[in-house]
Amino acid sequence: MGTGTYLDLLLAGLAVTIKTAILAWIIALAFGAVIGVLRTLPSKTASWIGFGYVEFFRNMPLLVQLFLWFFVLPELLPKAAGLWLKQLPNAPFWTAAIGVGLFMSARVAVQLQAGISSLPRGQKQAATALGLTTVQMYRYVLLPMAFRIILPPLTSEFLNTIKNTSVAITIGLIELTGQARSMQEFSFQVFEAFTAATVLYLLLNFVVVTAMRFLERYVAIPGYISGK
Amino acid sequence: MLGSFDFDVIRRALPYLFLEGMRFTLTLTVLAAFGGLVFGTLIALMRLSGYRLLGRVAGIYVDFMRSLPLVLVIFWFYFLVPYIGQWLTGASRPITVGAFASSLITFIMFEAAYFSEIMRAGIQSISRGQPAAASALGLTYSQTMRYVVLPQAFRNMLPVLLTQTIVLFQDTSLVYVLSIPDFLGAASKVAQRDGRLVEMYLFAALVYFVISCVASYGVRRLQARIAIVR
Repeated sequence: MGTGTYLDLLLAGLAVTIKTAILAWIIALAFGAVIGVLRTLPSKTASWIGFGYVEFFRNMPLLVQLFLWFFVLPELLPKAAGLWLKQLPNAPFWTAAIGVGLFMSARVAVQLQAGISSLPRGQKQAATALGLTTVQMYRYVLLPMAFRIILPPLTSEFLNTIKNTSVAITIGLIELTGQARSMQEFSFQVFEAFTAATVLYLLLNFVVVTAMRFLERYVAIPGYISGK
Repeated sequence: MLGSFDFDVIRRALPYLFLEGMRFTLTLTVLAAFGGLVFGTLIALMRLSGYRLLGRVAGIYVDFMRSLPLVLVIFWFYFLVPYIGQWLTGASRPITVGAFASSLITFIMFEAAYFSEIMRAGIQSISRGQPAAASALGLTYSQTMRYVVLPQAFRNMLPVLLTQTIVLFQDTSLVYVLSIPDFLGAASKVAQRDGRLVEMYLFAALVYFVISCVASYGVRRLQARIAIVR
């Protein structure tokens, strides 16, 4: 301590929150896209894998999942790998990003599946009639439409991702809530500490919502209710 | 590795885990869901009341709660509730509130925001002819709500409300940050006492998983059964 004000600490916490949330969101989108697509494929195996994945990540509290990644996984790996994992610098950050990311990916998958199945059947049929392969059909026809349709629910999932990073306080990640908590412990200024954190969360929320609203308007599909 | 996996640690901890931990978790879940539903319905009615100010206040409350992480809200209430109690009872010092009461108040206030959005959607899904018919029959506003609108809204939204309760059940594990022995807290206590993190956390994960899976399967069955044919 000694250098910097409490505001600096809180802002540092905010930066950690944002960094963790963005990395987690990238993971959530990537895995969620794959699993969401799997669930819409005609193959029984694919949709079972998708179903199992979603159930696995949705039916355990996030806190428990983080504990599994942080405390249990290194013990289950071969000794050398486990040791390497435990000694990883910044382990809480990586664990939090991956843990929250995978947790949210199940939710993204469900949204994407709903988006894809909301498309009229003609889209798929037209793509097949044009001779597109399955990969091309998803890449050029279904996914661009589905992602634009589910943008509003995705916005709230992103907000959830930001909020969920605070659970990582339990594995020692000093993000915004964690900084407010330690500021309160050092200074005994309970209300000031938590008010500051609250204001920062509200601001972050506001920024994300505003930015997403612009994005929504930009990518709105012409001819749909939300479109131009 | 799993070679040294010790089932006996789990077996010995079972009475503590379930009689203390799970009892705390389930009581908290049920009471918070009930309280959250009552307050949530009131908030939804406020938002739909047509009174500008009332609707505004309710809307701000909901948006505010929904933009904060639950962990922060838990901390907030943990420190605030004694002062609110002092203010309510007119005591000279902040009153002492137990861990259970504190977390119950937290979850009721937090979940009320989420339940209110569900109930609002439920109320709005009722066709306009229903309240119109009710007022043609001479029912007052509160009678219309009690006998006509809310029962239907509640029934339509029951699967969503139950799903939210499953989320709440998982979220109660976050009282861990206050070192309260809920199910996960109890598991973690044993884990640290015996140095058996792997066994205890895997077991806790399994228990949460099984309960949530069974519950969401039940909700799906219920949804199929009570769906109103229109």
